[in-house]
Amino acid sequence: MRPDLTLIHHWVPEGAQVLDLACGDGTLLDALARDKGVTGYGLEIDPDGITACLERGVNVIEQDLDQGLANFDDDACDLVIMTQALQALRRPDRMLDEMLRVASEAIITFPNFAYWRHRLYLGFKGFMPVSRSLPYAWYDTPNIHQSTFNDFERLCTDKGLVITDRAVGRGDHESHWSSRLWPNLFGEIAIFRVGRGEARRHG
Amino acid sequence: MPETLPADSVGLVTPQQARFDEPLPLACGKTLPAYELVYETYGELNAERSNAVLVCHALSGHHHAAGYHSPDDRKPGWWDAHIGPGKAIDTDRFFVVSLNNLGGCHGSTGPCHINPETGRLWGPEFPVMTVGDWVDSQVRLADRLGIARFAAVVGGSLGGMQVLQWAMRYPERIANAVVIAATPRLTAQNIAFNEVARQAIRSDPDFHGGWYAAHDTVPKRGLKLARMVGHITYLSEHSMGAKFGRDLRSDELNFGYDVEFQVESYLRYQGDAFSTAFDANTYLLMTKALDYFDPAADHQGDLAAALAPASCRFLVVSFSTDWRFTPERSRELVDALMRARKPVSYAAIDSPHGHDAFLLPDARYGAVFGGFMHRVARDLGLEERH
Repeated sequence: MRPDLTLIHHWVPEGAQVLDLACGDGTLLDALARDKGVTGYGLEIDPDGITACLERGVNVIEQDLDQGLANFDDDACDLVIMTQALQALRRPDRMLDEMLRVASEAIITFPNFAYWRHRLYLGFKGFMPVSRSLPYAWYDTPNIHQSTFNDFERLCTDKGLVITDRAVGRGDHESHWSSRLWPNLFGEIAIFRVGRGEARRHG
Repeated sequence: MPETLPADSVGLVTPQQARFDEPLPLACGKTLPAYELVYETYGELNAERSNAVLVCHALSGHHHAAGYHSPDDRKPGWWDAHIGPGKAIDTDRFFVVSLNNLGGCHGSTGPCHINPETGRLWGPEFPVMTVGDWVDSQVRLADRLGIARFAAVVGGSLGGMQVLQWAMRYPERIANAVVIAATPRLTAQNIAFNEVARQAIRSDPDFHGGWYAAHDTVPKRGLKLARMVGHITYLSEHSMGAKFGRDLRSDELNFGYDVEFQVESYLRYQGDAFSTAFDANTYLLMTKALDYFDPAADHQGDLAAALAPASCRFLVVSFSTDWRFTPERSRELVDALMRARKPVSYAAIDSPHGHDAFLLPDARYGAVFGGFMHRVARDLGLEERH
């Protein structure tokens, strides 16, 4: 399993009702269903991912995340997960609002643009970084909203959301996940666990 | 039939007949004293009787879903693209049951049969059937075949509505539901089109209030019109455009009302063929069954509440250019299923073929349908032969 998925696997409570946004081939939901009795749905638009989910027996709904989550009620589930997709959405900020409307908790992972290798790439070569976590050229990348570990923290703060957990990862060491020093510099992939703020909880 | 039978064909098939003497109470308040159902089966029922798949047909469909009745048949059954060895409904693994619904005109008890109480044809006196009535009759066929629980019940369009009815009314008898190009209820526009078709038939002077057989005639013009208007709703604007464009039959306009455009010729041909092959009373009755289907109506419009009894897994499939039962209608169903927390998957297939796409072969449609059925087979421990 992808390293960010392994970490998320630990964070998801037993028996939770989960919505996995951009669930890919359903690996995570499949593992969560088998290991933790999790139920729920994956949303995906990639045909191959959808077919893979069907063959696995993962509930998958063909739905474009840029259209929002209006078809889900408030508190429709316990937890919303979005791995490596926030940066590809037209309005990540609105999606964050939506995620914390349909569930009280969200887990989000995205490539950290401020990772030191990316900084070096841009700083010294003068080109947009291309790396394992950002494998595209500037003109064909689906990642239209690059952000950093710090950027995301600030967005959560501005929205009054509560960050309950965070971690960073380096793609080359699966076990090397921690809330380490200088995450904005050394984290290649950012993982956040976010909850509703006070206003939202009592409102 | 082709010279040599394709390896993925179920081959030659023979329809079978089942008679039921226990009266069937109907939604309209009447009771059908006894009835016959004609059906076909493909593949073999396993020892555990766990691998049965029921196929439900659409408006003008019937029991002949796959294979050929005789080597002289020009075309195979209506869903041959998806039923056969190695196909989405893999007959190497599944035992497929496909029947003609009550009120039909292909062998099951319907308007063209004798009403035992009057000794004459049922004709227009055949009771108006509902999707629920059909499913009740199908359950008895399952009992007769010794099938306690279907591995899957599948259907497109009106067939998909029967699948939904199975899931809601007989949850313990269906493990998986495949609902394709269907809708949880007709829109006003859908009902309007059906009413045009009905009026075309009923206003034909040869209709005789439904007693046309007694007058030794058939309301061919009405049926033809009904089919023409229906056919327009089965195709997309794009597929009609691609097939015919503004092509003319001859080189020039002739400023008259004979067939000029190819699309006119096509529609007339389709209408003519249908008008001699289908029964008018059956057509009227089938369109009514479509109009009446609305499971949410019994739950103050709450579809999720209507679906609450279901305990099967669902696959819902829609087609992008289907404007008869649009992808939005399928989404409505999927959203209700999710609200009811039922296991459901949904695929929106890109297709230029409109509503008819559910009948046609398509790579992605096949992968989705086949992928889901593969999982059904795997969960049952059914061996794959291909």
